[in-house]
Amino acid sequence: MTDQAQLLPGTLDLLILRAVSLGPLHGYGILLRIGQISDNALLIEQGALYPGLFRLVRQGLLKASWGTSENNRRAKFYELTAAGRKRLREETDNWNRLAAAIGSVLAAQPEEV
Amino acid sequence: MKLVDSLRFRIAAVFHRSQMNAEMEDELRTHIQHRADDLERSGLARAEAERRARIEFGGYQRAKEECHEAAGGTFVESVFQDLRFALRILRKSPGFTVVAVGTLALAIGANAVVFGVLNALILRPINVPHPQTLYAVERGNDKAVNHSYPDYRDLRDRNRSFEDLMAYNVAGVGIDTGNNPSGAWTMEVTGNYFDGLGIPPYLGRFFHGSDEHGPNSAPYIVLTYAYWHAHFQDDRGVVGRVVQLNRHPFTILGVAPPEFRGTISFVFPDFWVPIVNQEQIEGVNMLNERGTHFIVMVLGHLKPGVTQGQAIADLNSIGAYLEKTYPKDDGHMIFSLTHPGLTGDWLGDPIREFLTGLMLLAGLILLAACANLGSLFAARAADRSKEIAVRLALGSRPRRILRQLFTEAVLISLIGGAVGLWGSIILLRGLSVWRPLPTVPLNVPVTPDVRVYGVALLLSLASGFLFGAVPVRQVLRTDAYQVIKSGSTGTIGRRITVRDLLLVLQIAVCAVLVTSSLVAVRGLMRSLHSNFGFEPQNAMIVETAVSMAGYKGDNVPILQKRMIDALAVIPGVQSVGLIDRLPLYYGANSAIVFTDKTTDLRPANAAAEAAMYNVSPEYLGTARTTLLAGRGFTWHDDKSSPRVAVVNREFASKILGSVTNGTGQYYKLGDGSRVQVVGIVEDGKYASLAEAPQPAMFFPILQSPSGQAGLVVRSNRDAQQLTAAIKSTMHDVDAGLPFEIKTWNQELDAALLAPRLATISLGVLGVMGAMLSITGIFGMAAHTVSKRLKELGIRMALGARPTEVLQAALGRAFRLLAFGSAAGLFLGVLASRVLAFIVYQATPRDPIVLGGVVFAMAMLGLVAAWIPAQRALSVSPLVLLRDE
Repeated sequence: MTDQAQLLPGTLDLLILRAVSLGPLHGYGILLRIGQISDNALLIEQGALYPGLFRLVRQGLLKASWGTSENNRRAKFYELTAAGRKRLREETDNWNRLAAAIGSVLAAQPEEV
Repeated sequence: MKLVDSLRFRIAAVFHRSQMNAEMEDELRTHIQHRADDLERSGLARAEAERRARIEFGGYQRAKEECHEAAGGTFVESVFQDLRFALRILRKSPGFTVVAVGTLALAIGANAVVFGVLNALILRPINVPHPQTLYAVERGNDKAVNHSYPDYRDLRDRNRSFEDLMAYNVAGVGIDTGNNPSGAWTMEVTGNYFDGLGIPPYLGRFFHGSDEHGPNSAPYIVLTYAYWHAHFQDDRGVVGRVVQLNRHPFTILGVAPPEFRGTISFVFPDFWVPIVNQEQIEGVNMLNERGTHFIVMVLGHLKPGVTQGQAIADLNSIGAYLEKTYPKDDGHMIFSLTHPGLTGDWLGDPIREFLTGLMLLAGLILLAACANLGSLFAARAADRSKEIAVRLALGSRPRRILRQLFTEAVLISLIGGAVGLWGSIILLRGLSVWRPLPTVPLNVPVTPDVRVYGVALLLSLASGFLFGAVPVRQVLRTDAYQVIKSGSTGTIGRRITVRDLLLVLQIAVCAVLVTSSLVAVRGLMRSLHSNFGFEPQNAMIVETAVSMAGYKGDNVPILQKRMIDALAVIPGVQSVGLIDRLPLYYGANSAIVFTDKTTDLRPANAAAEAAMYNVSPEYLGTARTTLLAGRGFTWHDDKSSPRVAVVNREFASKILGSVTNGTGQYYKLGDGSRVQVVGIVEDGKYASLAEAPQPAMFFPILQSPSGQAGLVVRSNRDAQQLTAAIKSTMHDVDAGLPFEIKTWNQELDAALLAPRLATISLGVLGVMGAMLSITGIFGMAAHTVSKRLKELGIRMALGARPTEVLQAALGRAFRLLAFGSAAGLFLGVLASRVLAFIVYQATPRDPIVLGGVVFAMAMLGLVAAWIPAQRALSVSPLVLLRDE
């Protein structure tokens, strides 16, 4: 548990969008998917996930529908809307640019400065 | 679009609350089940797996709350929640609620009423198109708005700044529509009046400038809507009908629209007639007298693009020409402009000052009320510190708790505001139809409008937030742990707290109000008991204008003598006298006078401007005006004998140089005629009660006849019986003569109206201020005593005497009281200067006023501190210590 990284503020939305972009998921499924692709490196508080989901639904980036889960339970499934897909692309680009910039700053050697 | 969507979402969220809630619960529960399924698969028992899943999930309620917020439901919803909670809290403490709502209702109601009057008289322009470019022309340094007709015509024809200049005069007139003659009020206006103001007729047509062809050439009348409605029952056939004005035929041309009630804010005529017919209306023709400033006002719209300054310069150049051309009649002709509603700045300024002062005081009352409620709220927040601490401990955010407290405050203020507004609407409606003086068309339409409602709402909200903000710091500093452990945090601060400042402010406000109302009441009392120069007790007034019955010239005094003689023989009547215009009746006629030695009779050389009365020989005796020297008039002082006058003491010492040697001396009138002074009488009040001693002169009616007349009937008989007798006697003299009978004291109501209104309004505000102070001091003293009960008990146990206990318990409250009172007294003394214009001899440098204020404030303190003091003294150390 201790080597899990804290999420940077604002990145939860991005992770949710990304997780859902691979196919409709319910809330718990999103947690599992993020854990799976990140190799359990990211810590997401279970309670904190849902407000994020509701916010994204309200912003029209996700849409929700009730269905049955693989465990045969009634669950709410989330999937990306067109706006959500667009937002994911933008946010991913942003993130990459930011990460690259910060990475290059951190990697800079004294003689290059 | 986005906003609308968001709102729709939020509102939908409120209405679908239960459904959303269920879905949310379902979803969160499914999540926990899924997690438990996984844990079960890893080997845990189902019950243990579910327990672990729940723990891992964390704060369930909080997650739910946050989901709600994220879904957009919380804001509107939590406002509803707060409201429900606030209502419950307020219902639970009805005493607090009633006091708070009542306090605010009074304070906001007072503000709404004062603002309503202010709005009607000052903020709302008179009801004409484009009121912002409409100006009245003021003359001279003392900004008189009255002008002479020839001057008006020169101003109208020579100026290049105004679209047109109109003029009007107000006069009483007898109207006979076929059955009964009655008195009415008319505005004599220039022919261009309606066209210049841009008023279209409601019915028929108006007269125009082109209808004027010299004196008495335009016998037309235009009715006000109200008069048409009341006297012609909305009969559309009145156009073209002929009515008798002072027994002269006038044709009704039309009716004005209902919203146009003339060009003064508080005087409303019954109809309009052309000013060129002045002789028929008033019995005299002054249209050619350049020195007689009988026109009430000259007004007009500025041309587009002309500034006030340009217009004044334009008028002043005409003024310079007039001064040069007519040095005998026209004095210093410099001009300024003002808005016409309040008949110029000479009256408008004091009204504005007084109303602004009143508004300020009302605002201070509201501030004091807020201070009071703020203290109450702070005390309640302290009492509720446990509730607040528990909520904080359970994870409620301070913001949420503050919002709850603000909701309560605003709810109270809105309810209070609504109640106050309701009361003020009733009061303002009553004021709007109130005619303070039955015989005069004086009336202020103060019906509240949107602006009044808006101000009331704004004040309510503002005061809610103001007093709601008082406990904020207290809540933010609440340490939940400490409070729950040890009960309320009773820190006895030695420092000056916000509450102390609020209390001092409130007491100061109250002292200002008490000071001003005492000054006003004292002034009014002095006015009532000052020497008027006549004795209004046991005297009836019969007001009549013989011109209304068509009498003119030499017939006038003959008829008047007949009336005097007829009334004098009524049994029980001691004497009857006649005066053309009663003293103190809406100002006095006046004329400039010169010493006998003056030869160049231009206005600048005048010795004085003296009040002028035309009286019958019996008047001075009947009015009980004391003759100091010489003689009164006789019926032999007529046109065939030299002109004589009786003057007052002030006139004698100012113009004749001596009271004792004044009789027999001469002085000159503006037309050059010499007048011999035959008698000297005591000084009196002529134009207003607040005036300083003024020179006055009396002429015999046979030498200067006047169609206007007030007959003074002195008798000890019962007023009602006497009235009946006078009525039948007057009927016998001339059945077609309109007249009105009242006691002289009733007549004086007009003169006393302004000081009375001022005194009443200040008195009401003063009482409100006093009430607020009492509750404020009471609250503070009670709070201190209850907080320090234990300490007081210990002091008593250690042998403190009652005075020392009281000193400890209430010393602070009384120090604040003394400080606030002193500040308020000082401010009140400053504020009273404004009062001096309205109230006779309103001076705060009056030992009775100063003593009264100190006494009143001390009494307030005593009343307010009585119960807390009793409580402090009845502390039983034993009981207290046992309670611990």
